[in-house]
Amino acid sequence: MAKAKFGVVVFPGSNCDHDAYHAVKHVLGSQAEFLWHKEGDLQDVDVVILPGGFSYGDYLRCGAISRFSPIMKEVVRHAERGGHVIGICNGFQILTESGLLPGALLRNRSLKFVCRQVHLRVENSSTAFTSQYASGQVIAIPVAHGEGNFYTDQDTLSEIEDNGQVAFRYVEADGAVTDASNPNGSLNNIAGIVNKQGNVLGMMPHPERVVEQLLGSADGLGVFESLLHAITGKQPILS
Amino acid sequence: MFKAIITVKLRPSILDPEGKAIEHALQSLDFKTLSGVRIGKLVEMQVDAADRAAAEAVVIEACRQLLANQVMEDYTYELHEA
Repeated sequence: MAKAKFGVVVFPGSNCDHDAYHAVKHVLGSQAEFLWHKEGDLQDVDVVILPGGFSYGDYLRCGAISRFSPIMKEVVRHAERGGHVIGICNGFQILTESGLLPGALLRNRSLKFVCRQVHLRVENSSTAFTSQYASGQVIAIPVAHGEGNFYTDQDTLSEIEDNGQVAFRYVEADGAVTDASNPNGSLNNIAGIVNKQGNVLGMMPHPERVVEQLLGSADGLGVFESLLHAITGKQPILS
Repeated sequence: MFKAIITVKLRPSILDPEGKAIEHALQSLDFKTLSGVRIGKLVEMQVDAADRAAAEAVVIEACRQLLANQVMEDYTYELHEA
């Protein structure tokens, strides 16, 4: 049976790398490898995961220095070939810094680190990262960041919206988009976006932290199941 | 040899909540005449270049490639002969 192979990039300061590895290896049952950031080889993985954390101590700007790690050249090449890349939290910041995704992530509007469960609405279920959700479905996923305030100029914002590149939006439990449900001040309550080609996703919330009912929720598993489906063409037999 | 002093700030169109918070603190200390507070970063470095033009070119390139994220930040610099 064709198996999907996931690679979890490890930067100095990554701290969600093991959670991501656990989600794809032990819960999803796929092959998984850690990829040290100094390596110049992606070991033939199908999906690259840029995990959360504080790579390079968030020095200068979050993700600004990691994007020049040797492995990022390969990650960019992988993405340009149509390979799948998912950046979670600090990974999202690295993707915007490296130009693989538009926009930037500013300090939270509140200036505080926000660590709590939020509700997300799946805005586009036709991407490789969201196919196992229904459009409009509301899921509960934790956020944990100080710089997650998605910003871009107005033209780019319209383009992202018009192209259906918004994957997830912060909402109330009933799916309503409100200012109160926006944990960081992101434009249009944007929590996650894909690139134009649809093979790169960045999101601030942490789906890898909610993949097992035993630990409270499996709402995030759909992201990884969707990737598995995109790679192998098989419907996951999980959950 | 030159010394470069580079300032990186959020673009004027972007709300700077940190600057705002400091402005409020100043107001509460009765600095009623102070406003428009913006926070930025200051980066100092030595530049080994033959002349001012060459030093300027390399500083601009460093700002573009790494020191400022032009989606959200602007940079300015001063160059002094060291």
